[in-house]
Amino acid sequence: MKGKMEATLTKKDAFLSNLVAGSSPASKDALQQLDSLEFPTRRTEEWKYTRVAKLINSRLSFSDKVLDHTPFKIDGLDSYLVVISNGTVVTHDDIPVQGASITLEETSSTLKTEDIFTAINGGYEHATLCIQVDKNVILDKPIEIINIVDGNSTIAQSKILVVAEQGSQAHIIESYYSTEQGMAFTNAVSEIYVKENANLHIDKLQYESEEHWHINAEFVHQENNSNFTINTITLNGGTVRNTLNIKVDGENCETNLNGLYILTNKQHVDNHTVVDHLKPNCTSSELYKGMIDDAATGVFNGKVYVREDAQKIEAFQQNNNIIMTDQATMNSKPELEIYADDVKCSHGSTTGQFDEDAVFYLRARGIGEKTARKLLVAAFAEDVLNNINNEAVRQQVNSLLKERFGWEN
Amino acid sequence: MLKIKNLHASIEDQKILNGINLEVNAGEVHAIMGPNGSGKSTLASVLAGREDYEVSEGEISLNEADLIDMAPEERAREGVFLAFQYPVEIPGVSNINFLKTAINEKRAHHNQDPMAAKDFLKMVKEKAALVELDDKLKNRSVNEGFSGGEKKRNEIFQMAVLEPKLAILDETDSGLDIDALRIVANGVNTLKSKDNATIVITHYQRLLDYIVPDFVHVLYKGKIVKSGTKELALELEEKGYDWIKQELGETIEG
Repeated sequence: MKGKMEATLTKKDAFLSNLVAGSSPASKDALQQLDSLEFPTRRTEEWKYTRVAKLINSRLSFSDKVLDHTPFKIDGLDSYLVVISNGTVVTHDDIPVQGASITLEETSSTLKTEDIFTAINGGYEHATLCIQVDKNVILDKPIEIINIVDGNSTIAQSKILVVAEQGSQAHIIESYYSTEQGMAFTNAVSEIYVKENANLHIDKLQYESEEHWHINAEFVHQENNSNFTINTITLNGGTVRNTLNIKVDGENCETNLNGLYILTNKQHVDNHTVVDHLKPNCTSSELYKGMIDDAATGVFNGKVYVREDAQKIEAFQQNNNIIMTDQATMNSKPELEIYADDVKCSHGSTTGQFDEDAVFYLRARGIGEKTARKLLVAAFAEDVLNNINNEAVRQQVNSLLKERFGWEN
Repeated sequence: MLKIKNLHASIEDQKILNGINLEVNAGEVHAIMGPNGSGKSTLASVLAGREDYEVSEGEISLNEADLIDMAPEERAREGVFLAFQYPVEIPGVSNINFLKTAINEKRAHHNQDPMAAKDFLKMVKEKAALVELDDKLKNRSVNEGFSGGEKKRNEIFQMAVLEPKLAILDETDSGLDIDALRIVANGVNTLKSKDNATIVITHYQRLLDYIVPDFVHVLYKGKIVKSGTKELALELEEKGYDWIKQELGETIEG
């Protein structure tokens, strides 16, 4: 009987049933890891607030449909362009700069992971987007990676490998859009090496549809004197889970993680960060801010480890949230684990209502209610958005804010 | 200019104002005094249009225009200004930007073009000097990290910029040292003209040495129970509010 046959399939097998596995040695490695991994349940601490049952009960397939990226190109941004359509790299510019390249290569990941989604990405992904910036090369333009996905139960898996060699500098802008309503799943993995004295800046804009699932994991490795910044701006999407794993494996490093999430309806956005300080004399700073409206849910879980040898670390972590309704939820959990004795660490988390006293104060000076609210919201978001130092990207964020929330900046 | 007739107001079903009658003409300064909990700050909030309060009865008009149905911002644009007892800190919104937005929304309301940047900055400079407001504070976030005195001076600075017809100072003197009090009072006195009016709400007579009122009203249990000239304030200072309560008890019983 057919029903009985299906019942004997595990959830994992069923979820993977439509997917074609990769054939590279790395893919085979990942598939082997996958064997011993299970989907998270509500008892899995790392996924406590983000339920994936609905996702894993859906049957997804790959799609080779090439979607039009032109509406999503950032206006006025002079960039090296990469377009990833339904998880497949469909175009990528050549970089004319000596010592820098964008190439597509067979999956070569050496990631050992406990994360099932990362393992799925590795086992079922067929090519890796490799960005290589050689020693002392300063990339003259940002690399703009546009990810577009349709809404036909597609699973879009991309894998990006970035190697910023000693003394190099690069700016990468990743943006994620849906071309239509409907369920789809983006499962993205990035592996990033910021070598000695290198400087890497990433801006990530997330703007998929409210039926869309998005899970991504970034594995970052920093060496001496390196500088890594990532700004994650989430303005749309159904269920979004961003995991940042930063290994600060060098002295005098600087690490900046910033995030802004503005949620409405039933959106669910979860930012997990791990900063692992292995070496002394480094600074890490995290600022995540969110506004949660309607019945949406936000999650922030920020972990900072300061290992025994990592003296003179300065680690700051801040998460501020505004809850707009009684149905909106925020789960915020900053965590510090410190094994060194000479460190300066602080963390803080605030979650509160919209400041109606401030609204009244502005109105009492003649400022209309709508304008007053916009002023306050813009003020709240500004210290995160100020970390986006490219004007065209900032304008893109502003126009998305305007499109989705009617904000004028 | 301002006419309040039989004003009743409550918050969360608790009646606070129980039939206030008050008329304030252009060029006048009225002081409203009263013990804690008598409804002074409620009156100020109701005049400014705070929506937490419900007006169940009565009328408020400003130059014949009905205020009760106006949103707080409309009242402000029509010339009502409330100097807050507790000015709100607004991180991320600069004082100067805030004022520019406020003044231009008011101008738009009166069909005037936005103020030219140069004129605005010049005006701001003059008005800031009036209350000796440190130049740096203008560019800081609204009231954020300001001392108590700086916040109150910032209120009067905003008042100077917005040039209201009716200014209501809600306990502007509370917590001020004598120097700050003088600066604030001097600002208010300079802004006074035959075309505008001021309501000074205070618990203490001290402020009235600096801002001399034409009339003094005593508010008690949500009603004006006694009105007089500035001598009434001195009498209150000397005898306290119990005297009023006693007198009131006698009138009611007698």
